[in-house]
Amino acid sequence: MQAQSAARSHYRRPLVTTPFFERCRDLVETDSFIAWSGYTVPDVFSSVEHEYFSIRNAASLFDLTPMIKYRIAGPDAQRYLNRLVTRDVSGLKVDRVAYAVWCNEFGHLIDDGTIFRLGADDFRLCTAERQLDWLLDSAIGFQVDVEEVTDRIAALALQGPTSCAILKAMGLAGIETLRPFEMGHYRLAGLPLMASRTGFTGDLGYELWIDPEGALQLWDALMAAGRPRGLRVIGYQALEMARIEAGFVLPNVDFVSAAQTVRLNRETTPFEMGLDWVVALDKGPFNGRRALLDEKRRGPRRRLVGIEIAGNKAAHGALVYDSSKALRQVGEITSALWSPTCKRNVALAMIQAPYFATLKEFWVDIYLHRELLWERRMERAWPVERPFYAPQRRKATPPPDR
Amino acid sequence: MTRYDHIVVGGGHNGLVCAAYLARGGRRTLVVEAADHVGGAAMTREFAPGFRVSAGAHVLDCLPLDLMGELELERNGLQFVARGLATVALGQGRSSIVLADGGIEGVQAGDAAAYGRFSRQMRRFAGVLDRVDRMAPFRLSLGGWQERLDAARLAWAIRGLGRHDMREFLRVVGMNAYDLLTDQFDSDLLKGALGLDATLGAEHGARAPGTVLTLLQRYAGRLRAGGGAMQPAGGMGAVTGAIAQAAVRAGAVIRTGARVRRIVVESNRACAVLLESGEQIHAGSIISNADPKTTFLKLLDPDQLETDFVRRIDRFRSKGLVAKMHLALDDLPTFTALQPTRLGARMLLCPSLDALELAFNPSKYREVPERPALEVCIPTINDPGLAPAGRHVMSINLMAVPYDLGADPAAARRRLAQAVLSTLERYAPGLSERVVASELLTPADLEREFGMNGGHWHHGALAFDQFFFARPVPGAAGYATPVPGLYLCGAGSHPGGGVMGIAGRNAAFKVLKEGH
Repeated sequence: MQAQSAARSHYRRPLVTTPFFERCRDLVETDSFIAWSGYTVPDVFSSVEHEYFSIRNAASLFDLTPMIKYRIAGPDAQRYLNRLVTRDVSGLKVDRVAYAVWCNEFGHLIDDGTIFRLGADDFRLCTAERQLDWLLDSAIGFQVDVEEVTDRIAALALQGPTSCAILKAMGLAGIETLRPFEMGHYRLAGLPLMASRTGFTGDLGYELWIDPEGALQLWDALMAAGRPRGLRVIGYQALEMARIEAGFVLPNVDFVSAAQTVRLNRETTPFEMGLDWVVALDKGPFNGRRALLDEKRRGPRRRLVGIEIAGNKAAHGALVYDSSKALRQVGEITSALWSPTCKRNVALAMIQAPYFATLKEFWVDIYLHRELLWERRMERAWPVERPFYAPQRRKATPPPDR
Repeated sequence: MTRYDHIVVGGGHNGLVCAAYLARGGRRTLVVEAADHVGGAAMTREFAPGFRVSAGAHVLDCLPLDLMGELELERNGLQFVARGLATVALGQGRSSIVLADGGIEGVQAGDAAAYGRFSRQMRRFAGVLDRVDRMAPFRLSLGGWQERLDAARLAWAIRGLGRHDMREFLRVVGMNAYDLLTDQFDSDLLKGALGLDATLGAEHGARAPGTVLTLLQRYAGRLRAGGGAMQPAGGMGAVTGAIAQAAVRAGAVIRTGARVRRIVVESNRACAVLLESGEQIHAGSIISNADPKTTFLKLLDPDQLETDFVRRIDRFRSKGLVAKMHLALDDLPTFTALQPTRLGARMLLCPSLDALELAFNPSKYREVPERPALEVCIPTINDPGLAPAGRHVMSINLMAVPYDLGADPAAARRRLAQAVLSTLERYAPGLSERVVASELLTPADLEREFGMNGGHWHHGALAFDQFFFARPVPGAAGYATPVPGLYLCGAGSHPGGGVMGIAGRNAAFKVLKEGH
């Protein structure tokens, strides 16, 4: 009854808050919040630059709770996931995490996310978009329960060179032995606390998962341990900068989910995204396999490549040409950043076939809005390796304390 | 051990037809049937001691003559006790309307003339539909030359109606039967009977769009069957018995009592069936006569199919709305509006289109009709051997009975049986006292008895969105399925059910063309 009346009045409160909201609210100086999956979260606390540099130079704390989380459990859970995603998850061990993408029957990307193996038959799938209907329809015929648990888990991302030291100071014994994509189990305030060495920054970092009841205690403990280690709370914008440096793709930024495209040919495949490494064509049947086999034979129509652009003006949404005369458009920029750490002007660009393979040089048409006037720069660009920034500490086990 | 080229899962009439054509094509073919007899729902069985009846369809009105000839069904033992059966729109008073091939009795001159025009036009339209029915569905993308040729042939067939008829065909084909019939005729009884023909087996009453299509399907069936309905000697089991014999003569092997638990897929190809007994039988390809939901959601491992496809199969509308009732009678009933010489006809009990619509309304709310519309036959008139001497069987198709009978199915069944008897009483007073035994098969019973998911006699609603290249669903419409080596041949495929056999024949040709 209570649930029903809550459901009926949901429109009165279109955005809900996370369990960390009261702490965040006190710390936000800019009053800039954004809507993320139905939650209101800080976009910027004080200044994007300060927050960004805390990720690379000390430690950052980010409220991850709005990330969509599903629990997938049951005797067929592994089979179910193996049919759902393009990657082979049969080798994923308990307490390990894997990045995965999933497709529809045309091999078009629906979303990407991470799979946490909590037990032999128990998984957590973290996704960018809500898609319970897809997950439930995928469960037809399988002995598996799928439920959304987003609001039942409070999550924080602690990222940066001092993150391991902070957790050690907090008393998470043995945290330094956690390898990348590994999970560890601890206790805090009488509640189970799970830490995974995962993140969206490409840096050393951890994600912390706890029952919402223990959320504020977790926050306070982290802040206390973090104070002498440069910990700073960060908003969405700073994370986005680190995300681009790390070369990660973002659904509905770098590709449009096939569940949301309206126009023809706006869908994207894993091969087009350069995600070949998560497509296991030989693992047996899975959603999109036949279409992806065809694409493998044909070759992708376009491909996402990392590029570096001359100058220091980020090329947001810019068109990419084959020559400085802009005769032939060969692609467009999906994400762009002047990287403060690399001191390079980097971008992710979707380039048409065959140019992603044949051209060694592109030209990028950058428009700059300066005091109400548009300026145009045609800058030279060239393909570079992703990630754009990859410090050694992100993989080192045990990680250095700073 | 024999190695088979093909295994047909299910020995219903389409499975048997498919096996017969495969065997005639020189393929080593095995039919595995779960029941201890072939035929599926097209079978004759004893429902009370000494009383036998066709369990499903009770007249043959859509099996193509050419198919019967090709399989030499009459040489294989099929005999008819009646051909060109008349249809009677039964009145409650003293008069009825008799519809025979090409003629009508019992209506005013205006309706008689209109009926002549109407049925001639319907037959011309049905000729186009027959072309569609016999065609293996092509993909809308028209990828290959054969597909383009088929599409051109279809367009040509429609164009071949001539300018006037083509326009009229395209105008009415998506319409509802209620409006079409109201435009044509005055007599409520005539409209009610034709409306019943349009909605027998359909999801909704005659006001629903698409019911002209189902009416045309009925005309197309009759066209193929050479005019009117036929009654096989010994009931529908004799038809499937003859098809089975044709298959066996051509070299097919039929195993009954062999229930398939799984269709085995190895290296991404269907290659064997696993029986409930644990026995595994290998073959080059597997052809399923089971309905689409059973085939894909029960017999296959779920990870062999992609979510989009499973989702479409899951949404395939397969809940039947026709129940069957069988009455054992100790003597012939007397109908107030029908001469005893006409009792062998197919009787339609539906006084008007509004009565039909009212009979359908409760089914939308999982309730049984109070005054059901009925299609009634007394097969023992033409075939006395189905009952003890002097006794009779009444076989009734009962419209608008939902699959889901709500909270108290037992009470709903009692109400339904009572409603049938009280409806019959209005036409034949005293009939109830003649009933010595009865049997009621609701769609849920038909599902259980014959393994058809939803108990739908077409395995799934025959409507535009589940028709031709969308039947049963895109991705499995041309008898081939997303799983290489697995084919469909049942009523869930184009052009649907009824004892028609075209799905089985089309599937066989598809398999023969694609090789082993």
